Amino acid sequence: MKDLYNVSASPHVRSGVTTRSIMRDVAIALIPASAFGVYQFGFKAFLVLLTSIASACLCEFLWKRFVVKKSTPYECSALVTGLLLGMNLPASVPLWIPIVGSAFAILVVKEMFGGLGQNFMNPALGARCFLLICFAGRMTAFAVEQSGSHFMNGAASIDGLSSATPLAVIKNLEAGQSISANVSLADMFFGFTGGVIGETSTLAILLGAVYLLAKKIISLRIPVAYIATFAVFVYIFGGHAFESDGFCYLACELCGGGLMLGAWFMATDYVTSPITKGGQIVFGILLGLLTGIIRVCGNSAEGVSYAIIFCNLLVPFIEKFTMPRAFGVVKKKKGGAAK
Amino acid sequence: MFALPALRYDKMNKGTFKGGVHPYEGKELSMDKPTVKLLPGKELVYPMSQHIGAPSKPIVAVGDHVLMGQKIAEASGFVSVPISASVSGTVKDIKPTLTVSGSIVDAIYIENDEQYTPVEGLGEKRDYTKLSKQEIRDIVKEAGIVGMGGAGFPTFIKLTPKDENAIDYIIVNGSECEPYLTSDYRMMLEEGDKLVDGVRIILRLFDKAQGVIAIEDNKPKAIEHISELVKNEERIRVQVVRTKYPEGSERQLIKAVTGRKINSSMLPADAGCIVNNVDTVISIHMAVAESTPLMRRVVTVSGDAIVNPQNFNVKTGTKYSEVLEAAGGFKVKPEKLISGGTMMGMGLFDVNIPVTKTSSALLAFIKDPMLLVPEGPCIRCGRCVEACPENLIPQMMMEAAERFDDASFEAISGMECMECGSCTFVCPAGRKLTQSLKQTRRSILDNRKKK
Repeated sequence: MKDLYNVSASPHVRSGVTTRSIMRDVAIALIPASAFGVYQFGFKAFLVLLTSIASACLCEFLWKRFVVKKSTPYECSALVTGLLLGMNLPASVPLWIPIVGSAFAILVVKEMFGGLGQNFMNPALGARCFLLICFAGRMTAFAVEQSGSHFMNGAASIDGLSSATPLAVIKNLEAGQSISANVSLADMFFGFTGGVIGETSTLAILLGAVYLLAKKIISLRIPVAYIATFAVFVYIFGGHAFESDGFCYLACELCGGGLMLGAWFMATDYVTSPITKGGQIVFGILLGLLTGIIRVCGNSAEGVSYAIIFCNLLVPFIEKFTMPRAFGVVKKKKGGAAK
Repeated sequence: MFALPALRYDKMNKGTFKGGVHPYEGKELSMDKPTVKLLPGKELVYPMSQHIGAPSKPIVAVGDHVLMGQKIAEASGFVSVPISASVSGTVKDIKPTLTVSGSIVDAIYIENDEQYTPVEGLGEKRDYTKLSKQEIRDIVKEAGIVGMGGAGFPTFIKLTPKDENAIDYIIVNGSECEPYLTSDYRMMLEEGDKLVDGVRIILRLFDKAQGVIAIEDNKPKAIEHISELVKNEERIRVQVVRTKYPEGSERQLIKAVTGRKINSSMLPADAGCIVNNVDTVISIHMAVAESTPLMRRVVTVSGDAIVNPQNFNVKTGTKYSEVLEAAGGFKVKPEKLISGGTMMGMGLFDVNIPVTKTSSALLAFIKDPMLLVPEGPCIRCGRCVEACPENLIPQMMMEAAERFDDASFEAISGMECMECGSCTFVCPAGRKLTQSLKQTRRSILDNRKKK
């Protein structure tokens, strides 16, 4: 018995990608957007992000320590959830908000449903919507105090920032008022506008998205289907299609609100998006339609968060109807037995 | 578009399929070293089950003297083949013996007299153009030739489809997509002429077919060499296919070469194809043109624990331990030994196992990579879906497997799985998908048999 070796069924090799390396890459990809948020909104934003991450990790640790009671490999997923939640909060919130939010995201949305891989909706967005409903005032207070220690630098660049986000400005425009005169598209693209910490800079988000695509963490299916459907929808039904600044309106809708952050980082969340390739495209299209409907017809200028958590719930149905046909299997004949 | 220099093969048109993975190839360890002929030790072991189908039946008794090339076991059913002795010597024993797959089957033990006295007529040149189709098929059957890519399906059955005029492609599988394996590559370089001649022989059976030698694009020397050999052949060409695992899987290769797709319940012949491994085709040449039955096998010995990784031309029945010794043995004691490639090979717990017709490699690894990553929960990342060459959803199949829900497993085409290992390879959570699917498929097949 001296010559015994490990025996296991094939395969005997694995790729180097692990859950942990994926979570690490997502966190890296979120750095540009969150760093810009801190640059723009100051130290307060940094505190919000930090509190959110720390409380998410702590909640997960406590749950695993006292409820699961089994040592499980640490996947860094709470870190990503915490960071995403922080990025979805205005910098002006009191620090107990991210703590409550993280606890809700980790404990209620994620762990109570079975932990990593089992949550039925995106934990960060679930928590954000929970906070929006409970503490609507604080969650939409995008006004940024221009005095005090909250600003380390960059204050000048957001001079004249109103309490409303650009999308709210556009939505509340009176007939005849020009869009391009009221919002600056360049500011929206680079991120010098009001909003939650991580959503303002389209450029920074796209940088992160390119990193994820290059690392093959995400595919183009969901984000492109989402953004394209949304663009077509708001262009047609947004009411500005035949005006001179129709395209400016479209660009503002694309850069504004949480669309970019949602499309590239939240809708592509593995656990809460369809696993079938066809399903991912259907999911993206539904998201685009729903976001468009909420933004155009709803009271709110936003709609990404609600659209995503709503579509999260549809994922099992989408998967059911988009099962691919196996290699070489021809379409079943009517009434024929499954073979 | 713009003028390309004349090529003997089409470089731009590389065949491929959807899905698949790119494991570390590790072929550089052994690919540039010539194959070494290895003479066996005192005792050779011939398991009666070296192929798919009914085990062969011994036709020698203990104490008999046998000659090299002599038939020692005969086919015991339609899907079965004979076995020939690879040395001359005395039959010592016939007893149940452990084989690579872990099952115990009867095996003939022969004591090597080291004379290598050939049986009458062994190695005699034969003009196959004078043979009828049936004679060629009979020779292939009597030579005990089976698919040497690993499955071991009797070759004469493949060469006898229902309608031979429906066959328009004879595909030689030179893709060798399994990591570390270089035996087919060495054979193409060293015995390319025999390979091409083997294709010519098969083409004699199928008047309407063309021969295609498919080679992955990570073997430029083999592509160059074989293309040179077939440049005057009207009916044989080289097809370059993209380097990707599992390019060498029969169904995927047919798709890459012809664009046709077959599912698990169809035969390659249903798509007008016959696919044979490189070594199999060379064996056909040996049997038909040189009157030599299948009694040797080229084995790659490789892996980071092997002192001198290279290929050996081994007589079947030789023990793995002797082949291992010829390669210099282990640098350090490995954690894992594999018979075959890293993706579909079988783990060994002992090296005292004989080389059979289907043994393609012996790999030894210092670390077992499957132990490095603990198994975590599925995060539904979809990598298994991207990787699956059969266009399945391994994640859902595993969920069904875990709840022993055979009905759901079959409803999502779980039985189409060919256990290639791609899903386990890519899973970031370290889940053993292939292993679980394999088990479920076996149990479903067993239950079908019971009914």
